[in-house]
Amino acid sequence: MADGQTAEQTPLAARSPYELRVNLGVGVPESDVRNALATGDMGFLHSFTTGSTVDGPGVRVVAWTSGCMWRCLYCHNPDTWTMSNGIPVTIANAAAELRKYRRGLAVMSGGFTLSGGEPLMQHRFAVKLFAEAKAMKVHTALDTNGYYGDRLSDAELETIDLVLLDIKAWDNERHRRLTGMDIGPTLDFARRLAARRRPVWLRFVLVPGLTDDPEEVAQIASFVGTLGNVERVDVLPFHQLGQYKWARLGLDYQLGDTRPPSSELVERTCAIFRAAGLKAY
Amino acid sequence: MTVTAPPKPDHKSPMAGWQGFHSGLWQTSINVRDFIQQNYLPYDGDDAFLAPATARTQAIWKTLQDLFVEERRKGVLDVSQIPSSITAHAPGYIDRANELIVGLQTEQPLKRAIMPNGGFRMIASALKAYGYEVDPHVAEAFTKYRKTHNEGVFDAYTADVRRCRSSHILTGLPDAYGRGRIIGDYRRVALYGVNRLLEHKEDEKRSLDTAHSTDDIIRDREELSEQIRALKELRKMAESYGFDISRPAATAQEAVQWLYFGYLAGVKEQNGAAMSLGRTSTFLDVYFERDLAAGVLTEERAQEIIDDFVIKLRIVRFLRTPEYDELFAGDPTWVTESIGGMGDDGRSLVTKTSFRVLHTLSNLGPAPEPNLTIWYSPNLPDGFRRFAAKVAIDTSSLQFESDEIMRRAWGDDGAIACCVSPMLVGKQMQFFGARANLAKCLLYAINGGRDEISGAQVGPALPPVTGDTLDFADVLEKFERMMDWLARVYVNAMNIIHYMHDKYAYERLEMALHDYAPLRTMAFGMAGMSVVADSLSAIKHAKVSVVRDSNGLVTDYRTEGTFPQFGNNDNRVDQLAVWLVSTFMNKLRKYPTYRNALHTQSILTITSNVVYGKATGNTPDGRRQGEPFAPGANPMHGRDSHGIHAAAASVAKIPYRDAADGISLTASLLPEGLGRIEEDRITNLTAMLDAFFSTTGYHMNVNVLNREVLIDAMDHPEKYPSLTIRVSGYAVNFVRLTREQQMDVISRTFHGVSHG
Repeated sequence: MADGQTAEQTPLAARSPYELRVNLGVGVPESDVRNALATGDMGFLHSFTTGSTVDGPGVRVVAWTSGCMWRCLYCHNPDTWTMSNGIPVTIANAAAELRKYRRGLAVMSGGFTLSGGEPLMQHRFAVKLFAEAKAMKVHTALDTNGYYGDRLSDAELETIDLVLLDIKAWDNERHRRLTGMDIGPTLDFARRLAARRRPVWLRFVLVPGLTDDPEEVAQIASFVGTLGNVERVDVLPFHQLGQYKWARLGLDYQLGDTRPPSSELVERTCAIFRAAGLKAY
Repeated sequence: MTVTAPPKPDHKSPMAGWQGFHSGLWQTSINVRDFIQQNYLPYDGDDAFLAPATARTQAIWKTLQDLFVEERRKGVLDVSQIPSSITAHAPGYIDRANELIVGLQTEQPLKRAIMPNGGFRMIASALKAYGYEVDPHVAEAFTKYRKTHNEGVFDAYTADVRRCRSSHILTGLPDAYGRGRIIGDYRRVALYGVNRLLEHKEDEKRSLDTAHSTDDIIRDREELSEQIRALKELRKMAESYGFDISRPAATAQEAVQWLYFGYLAGVKEQNGAAMSLGRTSTFLDVYFERDLAAGVLTEERAQEIIDDFVIKLRIVRFLRTPEYDELFAGDPTWVTESIGGMGDDGRSLVTKTSFRVLHTLSNLGPAPEPNLTIWYSPNLPDGFRRFAAKVAIDTSSLQFESDEIMRRAWGDDGAIACCVSPMLVGKQMQFFGARANLAKCLLYAINGGRDEISGAQVGPALPPVTGDTLDFADVLEKFERMMDWLARVYVNAMNIIHYMHDKYAYERLEMALHDYAPLRTMAFGMAGMSVVADSLSAIKHAKVSVVRDSNGLVTDYRTEGTFPQFGNNDNRVDQLAVWLVSTFMNKLRKYPTYRNALHTQSILTITSNVVYGKATGNTPDGRRQGEPFAPGANPMHGRDSHGIHAAAASVAKIPYRDAADGISLTASLLPEGLGRIEEDRITNLTAMLDAFFSTTGYHMNVNVLNREVLIDAMDHPEKYPSLTIRVSGYAVNFVRLTREQQMDVISRTFHGVSHG
C-alpha cells in the first residue's frame, strides 16, 4: 500500500474528476505490483465517482483504472496511461465502497461500470471486482477498447452484463496513427461478444478532422450493424477538458486547435449509424 | 365548446357550497383533512391534459413584467405609509376587467405597506434606504403611543444575547422582522365560510369560561378575541372587493378566491419572513373536479384560474431593510405550496391541480414564488414523478422533500413553512429562530470564549487550547462546554423574542385559522455544519497545528496529512456531522421554552451562509476567513468529489429526529450530467429522487444548469430576468442576488461533469 494509507481509508479522494493524478502508486514495491497483476487482489485506480448517467444504463458508480497501452491522440485522461499514477486499492476495499451504493443503484436501475485507462490491463482485478458486484446483485458494465478481450474466459464474460466497446476508427493504418495499435483484436472481440450474444453499446469519439470521415463511420456502422447485439451507439463529442494534462505531463498534444464537433456534425454522424439500423445518440 | 348553464347555487342556503360533496366528519367539525380524504380524486396520468396560457393571462402577466423592470430599477416600486392591516387599504387591481382572482395588499400592485407593530426603527431605515420620507404621524404613533415587538425584545435582551448578536455567533434572529413560519389554514375559509369559522372560534373561547384564569388562559382568551376580530375584518375586506365570504365557496373560482382572501388578509396583517400558503392544490382540486364534472368549467378556464391565483402569489411584497436583504436575498416571501404526497391510507394525493400548479412555471415562466415544493415519495404515480422531474430540469424552481419522513412524523395533511419545515396545517405553528454559527462556536472553544476576529470575550472564559497542536478529545470536550453556553443563550433569546412577538405583533388572522391550541415548536437552526465536520475530521485524522497572534489568540491553522471530508459517503467524517447535530439538539432541549414549545432544529441557512462566512475566521478544515459556509447541510464547495449519490448519501445520514425543523440539501447538476437525451434526463433525475427519498434523504433543491450560464448572467443580468435557481431552501431570481452571493453559488460543486 502507498505511504500514509491505512487499510480502512477510502483511497480515492480527489478534488475533481479532472484532477491530474500522477505517481500516486510509485511507492508500491514491484513485487507487490506483480502479485497484484497476477492475483487480482489489488488494482490501481485513478478515481471513482457516483451518480454517473453517461457510463451505461441508469445512474451508476464508475471506477477508472490506471494503465493503458493505447496512446490515443484525443485522450482526455493521459494521466491514466501509466499504472503507477493510480492508487493501489484492494478488492476488499473496492467491494466495501461499492456495497455502500448497492440499494440506491438498484432503485435507479443503475450499476457499476469499470472504465479507465484500459481495465483489461488489470484483467484479474477486473474479474474479481465484477464477481463481487454480481454477488451484491449489482449490474456490471465494462468500458474497454477490447484489445485484451481474449484475456477474459467465456465464464468471466458472463459476469459482465454490458460491454461498452470503443471503436476508434476502421482503416487499420488510420487506427494505428490514432491509437498506436492495430484494430484487429478489437474487432475479434466484437465478433466474439456477438456470437455469445453479450449486450454491447458502441462508443465512438467524434473528432472533427480526425474521425469524422463519413465513409469511415459508415464502415464502422455497417460492421456493427450486422453484429446483432449492439443495443445502442453513443457518439461522444470531442472536448478539450483534458488538454491541460498533456501539457503538465510533458506530452506532445496534436489536437490543441481542434474544436468540439458542431451539433450538426454530431447529428449527421448519428444518422450514419441509424442508417445501419442502430439506435444512436 | 358549448357549456350547459349550471343550476345556480342557492346562495341563501349555506349548504349550497357543499352540494355534491361526500359527507364526513368535516361537516360537523372543522376538519379540512377529512374533507379532502372523503372527496378528492387521485390522478395518476400524465401532463397531456394541461392547457397553455391564454391571451388574457399573458396580458396580465405582461403588465406586471413591465412593472417588475421598474421595480428592480428603483428597489421598490412604491410604498404606502398607511400602517397596514386587513382593512387599511382600499381594494386594488391589476386589470379589473380581466382578473379572475382579485385582491392586493394595498391599492396598487407591488406597492408595499408598512407594518410597524414589528418595529418602527426598521421601517424608518427601509424607507430611508429607498428614498422615502417617514410620515411624521406614523412615526409619532409608533414611537409615542404604540410599543413595538422590536422595542419589547430589546427591553428584555440580556448582555450575552447582545454580545452574541454583534459578534455574529447568533444572527438573523427575528427581533427586527416578522417571524413568519405560521401557516393559516386558508382552505377553511373556502370550505366553511367565515361565519362558521367565527362560530367555532366563539365556541373555543366560551369553552375557556370555566377554566381558572392563569397567565396562560388569560393570554389564550385575549388571543381568541383578537382572532375573532380578525375574522370579521377578513369578511369586511372581502366585502370591499364585492364578495360575501360569510358562506362556503360554491364554485372552483370561489374556492380559489376565498382561499386567497384568507391568505391575503394574512399578508396584509403580517410581514413574516416566511408567509407560506399551505397544502392547497389537492384541496382545491375537489372544487375543480366538481365544476368540470358539471360541465361549468373547461380545462383552459381551470388553468386560467390557477394562473391568476399564482400571479397574485408572485406579487406579494414586503418592505425590508438592506440588512434583511443580506440574510434573505432576492426579496423572498416563501409562499410555499406543498404539492402531492401520499395519504395515510396509501392513496396518492396527487390530483390534476397538482399538475396545474406546476404548469404555471411554463405558462408564466420560471419564478421563485410561490415556492413550489413536492412532497415526494417513490410511491407517487409515475406520470407525476416524471412531470415534476421534467419541470425541475426545465426551470430549476422546484424543491423535493421526503413525504415518507414528514408524513410519518406529523401526518398526511402537513405543509412546509418556508423551506424545509413541516407542520400539520391549522394544528401546528413554529416559533422561528434563524440559526446559530456552530463554526464560530468551535473557534470559541479553541480560544476560551474569545472571538477570533475581534479578540473580545464573547463566550464564557473557559480554558482555551494550550500547546501547538489540536488534540481531538480535548477539542471535543471544550466544544461541548461552549455549545452548552451557546444553547443556553440561544434558548433565552428565542424565549424573549417570541414572548414579545405574541405580545406586540400577534398574528391574529393566521392564528384564527388554527385550532385552539396548536402544537408549538421552537425552531432553532444550525449554520456551518460541514465546516465543523471537516474541521473535527482534520483534527482527528490529520495533524492540525495552531497559529497564534501576538495576544495568544488562535487565528489560523496548519494541517499536515489528509483527512476525509463530508460529502463523500465516508462514515469517518459523516458521523462527526451526525454527532454535532444530535449533540447541539440535546443541549438545546435542556432549556425550557416559552409556552412549552417543542424544541426542533433545522440545518438550513438561506443566504446567511455568506453572512456567517464573512464574520468567521479561519477554520481548521482549511476554510479561510470570510469564505462562505456551505448552504444548509451541503458539503463545503468542491469537497464532495465522488458524485451526487455520495454527497446525498452523506447528507441523508443527518437524523431527522434531531433536526425536525428540516435538513436542506441544494444540488447543482449539469444537464448533460443527467443523461444524453431529454427522456433519459427525466428518467435519471426521477431515479435519483426515488433512491434518495426511499432511504433517509430529507430534502433536495434541484438546480439543473450550466455554470457558464450563471457566469454570463452575472455579467449580463438583462439577458436573464427570470433565471431562477434554488439556493438553500428557496428559489431566487439569480440576477437579484448580490455579486458575493452569486459567486458563492457559482463556486458550488456542479455534479455531472462528464469524465469517461
